[in-house]
Amino acid sequence: MADSAPVSPPASSTRVNAPIPHESAKLHVSGRALYADDVAEPRNLLHLAFGKSTLAHAKIKSVDLSAVRAAPGVVGVYTAADIPGANNVAPFAGDDRILAEDEVIFLGQPIFLVAAESATAARKAALLGKIEYEPLPAYVTIAEARAAGSFIEASQIMRRGDVSRLESAPRRVSGRFEMGGQDHFYLEGQIAVATPMEQGGMHILSSTQHPSEVQHLVAHALHVNSADVVIELRRMGGGFGGKETQPALFAAAAALVAAKTGRPAKYRADRDEDMEITGKRHEFEIAYEAGVDETGRLLALKMDLASRCGCSTDLSPAINDRALFHADNCYFLENVELISHRFKTHTVSNTAFRGFGGPQGMLAIERVMDDIALHLGLDPLAVRKANFYGPPGSGRDVTQYQMPVTDFVADRIVEDLRRRADYESRRAAVEVFNREHPYLKRGISLTPVKFGISFTTTHLNQAGALVHVYADGSVHLNHGGTEMGQGLNTKVAQITADVFGLGLESIRVTSTRTDKVPNTSATAASSGADMNGWAAWNGAETIRLRLAEVMAKKAGVPPEEAVFEGGRVRAGDLDLPFPELCRLAYLARTQLSAAGFYATPKIHYDRATHSGRPFLYFCYGAAVSEVVLDTFTGEFKTLRTDLIHDVGRSLNPAIDLGQVEGAFVQGVGWLTIEELVYDAKGRLTTHAPSTYKIPCASDRPEILNMELWRGGENREPTIHRSKAVGEPPFMLGISVFSALTHAVASATGAACATLEAPATPERILKALAAGRGEAGPREGA
Amino acid sequence: MELTINGQTRQIDSEPDTPLLWVLRDEIGLTGVKYGCGVAQCGACTVLVDGVATRSCVTPVESVEGASVATIEAVEEDEVGRRVVAAWVAEQTPQCGYCQSGQVMAATALLKETPKPNDEEIAAAMTNLCRCGTYNAIAAAVRRAAAQG
Repeated sequence: MADSAPVSPPASSTRVNAPIPHESAKLHVSGRALYADDVAEPRNLLHLAFGKSTLAHAKIKSVDLSAVRAAPGVVGVYTAADIPGANNVAPFAGDDRILAEDEVIFLGQPIFLVAAESATAARKAALLGKIEYEPLPAYVTIAEARAAGSFIEASQIMRRGDVSRLESAPRRVSGRFEMGGQDHFYLEGQIAVATPMEQGGMHILSSTQHPSEVQHLVAHALHVNSADVVIELRRMGGGFGGKETQPALFAAAAALVAAKTGRPAKYRADRDEDMEITGKRHEFEIAYEAGVDETGRLLALKMDLASRCGCSTDLSPAINDRALFHADNCYFLENVELISHRFKTHTVSNTAFRGFGGPQGMLAIERVMDDIALHLGLDPLAVRKANFYGPPGSGRDVTQYQMPVTDFVADRIVEDLRRRADYESRRAAVEVFNREHPYLKRGISLTPVKFGISFTTTHLNQAGALVHVYADGSVHLNHGGTEMGQGLNTKVAQITADVFGLGLESIRVTSTRTDKVPNTSATAASSGADMNGWAAWNGAETIRLRLAEVMAKKAGVPPEEAVFEGGRVRAGDLDLPFPELCRLAYLARTQLSAAGFYATPKIHYDRATHSGRPFLYFCYGAAVSEVVLDTFTGEFKTLRTDLIHDVGRSLNPAIDLGQVEGAFVQGVGWLTIEELVYDAKGRLTTHAPSTYKIPCASDRPEILNMELWRGGENREPTIHRSKAVGEPPFMLGISVFSALTHAVASATGAACATLEAPATPERILKALAAGRGEAGPREGA
Repeated sequence: MELTINGQTRQIDSEPDTPLLWVLRDEIGLTGVKYGCGVAQCGACTVLVDGVATRSCVTPVESVEGASVATIEAVEEDEVGRRVVAAWVAEQTPQCGYCQSGQVMAATALLKETPKPNDEEIAAAMTNLCRCGTYNAIAAAVRRAAAQG
């Protein structure tokens, strides 16, 4: 429904494109911002805990919960048999149980649910279940799943051209490497509070990026209608993709108990449980074979991308598809075959995480670029530039999934950055340093980013909003997006205020609720402001046109002449304060409420052939990072990062810069610090911040120069010509990994890349040993 | 047991070994203090105990009997705390905001002890985790608050 958007976007004003503070900033820093666990608890609240599987894969032979029921404070104990409707919290494939039935498929899988008078009582009682298992073979690693032929769906192939050109290529480069997963580690863990309402209704406070999905799954589980269930949230304490599909489990548990007991129920996972039983970023194993010419330009590429999807489908098909969509990054792959294996393992089901498979595909091709440069003895930046997409019509302007790249600016951003960060002379200085220092080695790398914007599942690209203007001139704003710190509510409020010519103080941003805006998509794929911004604009504009009619009638001029500015409305000789016009409109019986809607135009995709235009546009950026590595300990420091990122015409530069910095930091964390370790039995051994390290203040580069790209403007008619920002800059972190690859190669002199991710000291020592042709440090030592 | 919280004396019913965090949140209703990890690693639960930044999730309530506990809710009653909060807003530090009340408390403790910290002192004191990665803005906000002291 492309016609819901005007052909050209409205002119921007001082309210949009302005660094206005986050609408909750003052609340955040005074302890008054309410998260789900902070809302005053209802009377008679029950607290919940899961009894969980202690094996990764087993048949359940018997379940004895008598000791659980007899424990102090316990009010009820529930198993799958107690669920009135569907025992399912999967986003679409129907294969995620709320409570296990006759089989467990990952260690930590909920088997039964305890409701008690206190959280402590519930947790203590949950340990008393006696489960008899018959163990089944458990595949924990990609290698084990590969050997067993265990997949969540058929392998997908994306190809173009003639990959047999590999055979005739003057130079051949091949390699393989792994990259680890990542825990979301949102500071606010998973939580849901369910309160039973009249006539079988259910109200749930849920920390979720996807209220509509939680609503539908809870309704199915309770065997009621969607209209009987309301999901509400004001804000999340971080989401990062970890609250796209994962919150439904906790909401369904709370709703089940509330429905069974008639009492409100809260499930608040503690940190260890949250890390053990919620999905993470997919681990990948990459194998590649590239044929190149003497300049490093790719003639043909074969790449195998294998991922650990975990025990169920979740969003893995789309996530692995996105790895394929971004396995080109900024490079034209003329003859290419990408094979994607989606392995089913007996570990927690992996899920969405900022970038959604894109980072894995992008790291893979960036590794290929580094490896080509090492093999050929070239500057990796020269190799990257030799492979860039060309201008429209150049014959090097179509992706491997047949989408023309019409807005390519990575070359210009890279050029800007190269100059500003003084890349060549610093690279030369790094080489000098490395010749002079036998044990400390530096590395420097400049890597670009191109990231496609839109849900690749086309129907998800729709959004709604609800705008009320009250007779006193105040504005109530609601939309289907969710606030998780990305500043969505601030941006949408700016857009709405701009329509009416009001200041932000006149706009009341309200909690996301499924009874205000129905059938919403997850706030994900970086598309929150793009879609909800347009939806709110459409709603607000409907009301503004009605107000303009009232004004025009009074002034005796055409409605187009009404100007909304500075809290006033002018038309002809008439000049009224906005509230005064609202009062007049009310008295004239004018509807001052409107729903707005938006559906992203132009996009389509055929998954059977892996071709189409899955994205409305691309975001671009580039970063150059310099590191120093201690080859004795494997420790490193990032000395300096310079980055430029394209957010189009920024809706809010302050918020966008914050997103860019945070995404970069998180991307570096994924590739250098954060390591998920499962033992052979499938137990996650890194389930607390004591063993799983996320970046802290001291991990940031000593010098960090960040800029939004000044040339940024979206060629597509996005809201105020802005671009999405949540995910793309995550992949700027690849520059640090690539710089480490350079430092490691400088230390060993090897003409190939040997580093794997995350580049922990252990992995760096292993890469150094591999580059020197030695056996690495012992695994697990 | 009697506690002094934000300048007021409160009678506490919780067990003596209850972590201070849960006494503050559940018994007193000071929900600005956040649960993040429960093992004193993330700092979301930071409060001031006699002016010292303390991770309340591992602090038994009995250990602070007789001490003065300050939480984010009262931070602006303190001149330094007021400056810190203003600096946090001016630098547009918070994203999701969940860790920020702990960050503000840690910064307030730092500036009370060391009014003009250098970058190393800031790094040593500001060890709370922020998953949104607002670390530059946090450091900038600490410097701003210090400069205005």
